[in-house]
Amino acid sequence: MHIDSIKNGVVIDHIKAGKSMEIYNHLELDKLDCTVAIIKNVSSKKMGRKDIIKVDSEMEVDLDVLGYIDPDITVNIIKNEVLCEKKKLTLPNQIKDVVKCKNPRCITTTEQDLPHIFKLTNAETKTYRCIYCESKAK
Amino acid sequence: MRSLIDILSLTTEEIDELIAVAEDIIANPVKYRDKCRYKKLATLFFEPSTRTRLSFEAAMYELGGQVLGFSEANSSSAAKGESVADTARTVSCYADIIAMRHPKEGAPLVASMAASVPIINAGDGGHNHPTQTLTDLLTIKREKGRLNNLTIGFCGDLKFGRTVHSLIEAMSRYTGIKVVLISPYELQLPGYLKKETLDAKGIEYKETTDLSAVMPELDILYMTRVQRERFFNEEDYLRLKDSYILTPEKLVDAKEDLAILHPLPRVNEIHTSVDADPRACYFRQVLNGKFIRMALILKLLEVE
Repeated sequence: MHIDSIKNGVVIDHIKAGKSMEIYNHLELDKLDCTVAIIKNVSSKKMGRKDIIKVDSEMEVDLDVLGYIDPDITVNIIKNEVLCEKKKLTLPNQIKDVVKCKNPRCITTTEQDLPHIFKLTNAETKTYRCIYCESKAK
Repeated sequence: MRSLIDILSLTTEEIDELIAVAEDIIANPVKYRDKCRYKKLATLFFEPSTRTRLSFEAAMYELGGQVLGFSEANSSSAAKGESVADTARTVSCYADIIAMRHPKEGAPLVASMAASVPIINAGDGGHNHPTQTLTDLLTIKREKGRLNNLTIGFCGDLKFGRTVHSLIEAMSRYTGIKVVLISPYELQLPGYLKKETLDAKGIEYKETTDLSAVMPELDILYMTRVQRERFFNEEDYLRLKDSYILTPEKLVDAKEDLAILHPLPRVNEIHTSVDADPRACYFRQVLNGKFIRMALILKLLEVE
């Protein structure tokens, strides 16, 4: 299968196979007018199979969202068909409106306008807790 | 401008300072009676609580200040659908400090983000109740003379009991603390507290269902009520509510200088015949609650 290389844009690589749609939705790539390619189940020496997303336009990628979903993802910035920057992801200290608090007793359940903010409380176990009620992100 | 939302936002040094001020208030009440003259405390109680609200109000009156507020959500603008943030912004225009109780977890934090005056969390659902924890710490300090090298038994509802959770977190910062968890299986301390607080801080602890068996070890026995409002169904509540009742017979093997604490109100988990025992501290604990709230109001209002 042939997919054109991109001139100016972003390649999100090393996505765990099957996770690309989740990332597509979180990054709201449906709102872009440019060409977006979701490539599933690509053979990978390192991962066996992986997904790749190519966005044929310059854009600001929310690295916190990607870092939360999977810090092993790589983000490549392409300019004039040349890889000009490889961004490394880390677990973000805080995520906003990426996941919703599921605790029925949390204030966010009655006050719909509040942002859903989670803080990293344990990097080893990748535990995030709601800043309001301290429930774990699920 | 600072608020108190979570007990762990206070350092142990700050807690020591608050305790020292509270003890000074107890020793020299006259010195403090005009400290908050012309200051107003708003008590915003979105769910009923007699004890905590009256304790805050008495604390402010004894500092020479004044009090305004409401004691249930129906008599507030929340009934009209106003957000917590808007209520906090509005009340900031009328009062110098706010004590807020709310059934939803995190509501006081939301208020503190919007308010222009300090917010004191007076209980947010089953989550935090830092002034109860300060009350407990002051009581332990006054009864035992120290906050370290103590064996503390927590008895009753350890699953939903927020006062237990906060006190365990607060005590785990002191040295030489041993914890004994006494409850029916269904109401055991949540796993995350064992892992993230007790294990993480290296606190020695054990779990048991037998109060009498561990009684001789305890320096402090912290009794709790099995709270109806924390259960999703009535059946579970009725089955477990009488699980652990403290009677004079159960205290036979207890230490002479045991301190029995209870955040109150009690239902029947401490028999009234225990009240006359000098080791029963729970009504002295209520009084301590007023003094530590006085100290806290002074600190947050930055009154010297």
